[in-house]
Amino acid sequence: MSEDVKRFLDRLSERSANRGPEPSWIAARRQAGAARFEALGFPHRRVEEWKYTDVRNIARGDFVLAKEAEFSPATAATLALPLDAHKLTFVDGIFAPRLSDLADLPDGVQLLPLSQALENNHEAVGGPLGRLTGVDFSPFAALNTAFMEEGAVLRLAPRTVVEKPIVLQFLSRAGEQPVMSHPRILIEAGARSEATVIEHHTGEVAAANFTNLVEEIMLDRGAILTHYKLLESPEQDSHVASMHMELRRDSRFTSFNLCLGGGLVRNDLVSELNGEGAEVIYQGLFHAQGRQHVDNHTLANHNSPRVRSWENYKGILDDRARGVYNSKVVVKRDSSKIVAEQHSANLLLSDRAEIDTKPELEIYNDDVQCAHGATTGQLDEEAVFALRSRGIDEQTARGLLTLAFAGEVMEQVGLDVVAERVELAVAGKLPDRYHLAGLVEAAVALNED
Amino acid sequence: MSTQEMEQLVQREYKDGFVTNIESETLPPGLDENTIAFISNKKGEPEWMLEWRLKAYRQWLKMTPPSWAHLDYPPIDYQAISYFSAPKRPEDRPQSLDEVDPKLLETYEKLGIPLHERAALAGVAVDAVFDSVSVVTTFKAELLEAGVVFCSISEAIRDYPELVKRYLGSVVPQADNYFAALNSAVFTDGSFVYVPEGVVCPMELSTYFRINAENTGQFERTLIICEDRAQVSYLEGCTAPMRDENQLHAAVVELVALEDAYIKYSTVQNWYPGDENGVGGIYNFVTKRGDCRGDRSRISWTQVETGSAITWKYPSCVLRGKDSIGEFYSVAVTNGRQQADTGTKMIHIGEGTRSTIVSKGISAGRAEQAYRGQVKVGPRAKGARNFTQCDSLLIGDQCGAHTFPYMEIGNSTAQVEHEATTSKIGEDQLFYCRARGISEEDAVNMIVNGFCKDVFQELPMEFAVEAEALLNVTLEGAVG
Amino acid sequence: MLEVKDLHVSVDGNEILKGLSLTINAGEVHAIMGPNGSGKSTLSSVIAGKEDYEITSGSVTFDGKDVLAMDIEERARAGLLLGFQYPVEIPGVKNIYLLKAALNAKREALGLGEMPAPEFMKLIKEKIAAMKMDASFLQRAVNEGFSGGEKKRNEILQMIVLEPRLAMLDEIDSGLDIDAMKVVADGVNSLRSEERSMLLVTHYQRLLDYIVPDRVHVLVDGRIAKSGDAELARELEVRGYDWVLEESAA
Repeated sequence: MSEDVKRFLDRLSERSANRGPEPSWIAARRQAGAARFEALGFPHRRVEEWKYTDVRNIARGDFVLAKEAEFSPATAATLALPLDAHKLTFVDGIFAPRLSDLADLPDGVQLLPLSQALENNHEAVGGPLGRLTGVDFSPFAALNTAFMEEGAVLRLAPRTVVEKPIVLQFLSRAGEQPVMSHPRILIEAGARSEATVIEHHTGEVAAANFTNLVEEIMLDRGAILTHYKLLESPEQDSHVASMHMELRRDSRFTSFNLCLGGGLVRNDLVSELNGEGAEVIYQGLFHAQGRQHVDNHTLANHNSPRVRSWENYKGILDDRARGVYNSKVVVKRDSSKIVAEQHSANLLLSDRAEIDTKPELEIYNDDVQCAHGATTGQLDEEAVFALRSRGIDEQTARGLLTLAFAGEVMEQVGLDVVAERVELAVAGKLPDRYHLAGLVEAAVALNED
Repeated sequence: MSTQEMEQLVQREYKDGFVTNIESETLPPGLDENTIAFISNKKGEPEWMLEWRLKAYRQWLKMTPPSWAHLDYPPIDYQAISYFSAPKRPEDRPQSLDEVDPKLLETYEKLGIPLHERAALAGVAVDAVFDSVSVVTTFKAELLEAGVVFCSISEAIRDYPELVKRYLGSVVPQADNYFAALNSAVFTDGSFVYVPEGVVCPMELSTYFRINAENTGQFERTLIICEDRAQVSYLEGCTAPMRDENQLHAAVVELVALEDAYIKYSTVQNWYPGDENGVGGIYNFVTKRGDCRGDRSRISWTQVETGSAITWKYPSCVLRGKDSIGEFYSVAVTNGRQQADTGTKMIHIGEGTRSTIVSKGISAGRAEQAYRGQVKVGPRAKGARNFTQCDSLLIGDQCGAHTFPYMEIGNSTAQVEHEATTSKIGEDQLFYCRARGISEEDAVNMIVNGFCKDVFQELPMEFAVEAEALLNVTLEGAVG
Repeated sequence: MLEVKDLHVSVDGNEILKGLSLTINAGEVHAIMGPNGSGKSTLSSVIAGKEDYEITSGSVTFDGKDVLAMDIEERARAGLLLGFQYPVEIPGVKNIYLLKAALNAKREALGLGEMPAPEFMKLIKEKIAAMKMDASFLQRAVNEGFSGGEKKRNEILQMIVLEPRLAMLDEIDSGLDIDAMKVVADGVNSLRSEERSMLLVTHYQRLLDYIVPDRVHVLVDGRIAKSGDAELARELEVRGYDWVLEESAA
């Protein structure tokens, strides 16, 4: 066992010593997770799935578990999305009731912290928990399973349509010692239910914590779920997350994966398209600068005939940032009439930035229409010229076009608050030479009038 | 068209599956330092060459076979392979075509290889490698007049040791990968081409490789060097008889293009693919790499791959010189139980380097095919450009087609575009052709050939026709 | 020549033709007209052998032979040729290849040998000039990047090269401006002869000013509701389809 692995497992022993007894199935899973993590160790870059992402900074980190969920209400207010929403907030992984809003939950909606769900009715949660994401998925999933205790549980009864968005807010706090959290999110959307979930990661600028999230989402027949992941974590934070979706017949899952923050980010999105008519849409935008490293892996398993997937990811990389985009479409032998499309485009704004893309197709059936296109390049010089010929200076023209590049994903965002927030963030992250921030603020203000 | 009909259509026979009964001298199976010393001695090599081989062998012993490819085959027993087989005794090696064993010529005749008069007519100079040794090189004298050296690598080691020492292993180092290391240790023959400064090679050069003897592996080594402003077009063809055992082919090809040089390397690979149950066939593990060392140099790979049970092959270009150009045009057809993991690497190092990749994969029967490609743009490759088009066609619902492109871009002025599609033959296209009275089989051939057009047009004229015919044979079947 | 008897055809369980009967004799030009969705295009597609259709009952014979039992290409070689409403693009396959392969397939079926290359080129040049098309069309991939009008001309070019005995033209006028339609109509008219018949499928009467039919049939709800001579088409132009619908409902 490496020292790094031992350090994490020691933390696990400390944790167990501080907790009371728990149901045997949880203890057993925890143990299985720990054993798997011990066997696998942290992933090395020789492993294909981690070819471009080095996690040594996480492995070498000395992270402890947070003890309390204290967070300055004033700071929290500035960080939160200005939305009328049902909301659960976690600070360094610990549930923060005072920053949450569970009032007026409509009928058919169950939204509560995982710890509470386990306490109330642990058998009901035990079934689905870990069904999609096993400890074999990755060392991080195993580590999460070993430490799991908090997170969010959302259950929608059949035909429940939730009007207000549901926000799951994760705040990272700057403290004396870096902390780690291993949240779990479990979403079960009943037949023909509809909801919008916003997973929002943000925190204090000076924080340098490690979040290791596992999220499992099950969509029953005809369910429609829109999922936003807005990552605005502090630039020293490490964030590793997996999202597993299971889609039954005629269900539709739309993911907006909007990565703006975090020092080291790795997202794995996996969809199992298991019923005819099921559809998954992956939309992604990542904008990295400084020494940020953003790695997005998407996978769509077409396990049934007549399912579709559609994907569009855009990346903007500046300074010494590095982006990784790996998308994979798998069509099983017996899955005919499949339509799958992947698009990816990237802009490099600096010579020291790097993007590694790998759009894969693995097709075992001939009755398919699969296509992917990936480009990396610069702004369209003709467009730059066109703007300049209207009197706009070159830098601003380039800024506007960069914003427009991101805009192609943002246009699909149904929630104005999220779209504006991201647009502002992108404009804010663009080099000062583009003089954009003011422009976008003005545009947003105009919108609000 | 029903799946069953489609399957019938793609069943076909391997046309080059005959064995030539000629006297040959074959080393018993097994590999150790003595085997290598035997090969080296047999070829009358100097001491430095033997040392070079042994160094490679010792490195190979420490390496493990790659497992990342999308291929499934049992482990290879390297001690069960014979590493040397030569027709007749080397002392009797023919000096001109007239002295060549008529049986051998007959073999090439059956292959439809333009070796004899056809070679003269086509104006193509041919080097033929039969099992382990180069049998004959035509037009050698004519080429020398132009200053072009075209001979077997064994002769080159003897006659041009300085050139060989300087360039051998300079593109594909001995320990580059498992198969390249093995090849470096045991390579028996192959072609050597040297085109001096400013010379445009006056004719197409061609090598035909054939594995004939049983239980033999073929490990040829090809080295092509184009000095400043030199140009050459080179074609290799490959066939092997039908055998129940799998035979190993692990070649290494190294190309070096200096300033303003242009090397065009075309391959029509038709090694025996095994029968419809996957019995027999060639394991083809090949390392091909071109080094665009000089500014404005250009290396172009064109391949038509229809044979082999297993193909593991990634002809690549290292674009070092400023404004150098790399190209890869590929048609790969897999049928029966064939498996292919093939593609290319374009490594952009120099400023203004450009590369084009066009890959057309056709998978039928129970075959599995993967395109694996890497486009890497280094931080100094200002203004580098790549365009990749990668299309797969599936015929029947028991086959697989996979695409694994890696794009690693580290320069903000680079432009990299990748497009890929996977689909089956359009039912509406088939119907359209048949509604004009064209048979289903012809319609499939027409559509598949159309699908491959972008690649075929890159082949030298004589071979484009050969490639189209080969494709039709591969997809020939029992419709109607 | 062509005999369609009580033809019933379904697609995905929906019946589209509901007992259609039609006889076309040698030398006759018939036009099938009807509102959208009446099943006009289905008829010619079924005769050409498109596989998406389920023929539940009825028969189609051509010179007494059972067309429905023939393969797609057999039908074409026997002289039943369909000009498509939406000709498909076939990347990489040159027009000239398609023409040559199709012509040779037909000649082979007739027991004739392959047409010698010079003779073939002469024929093609003559025909392409007749269609007012540029010879460069021959080198382009079949229909790839062709405009709507070019695609339709290309269909007629194939017709005049392959000389079918029954030419079926599905909405050959759609998407054509008046000049292009004249060229197409001239091409079609050049095919008219004592031995050759035609089946025009069209929504508008416009085309029939240029290609005057011997018989006009109005297809309503999967059956021929009314037949007449060229005069009927003109009447439809003036009065629309509603009166036929009413009449047939009555």
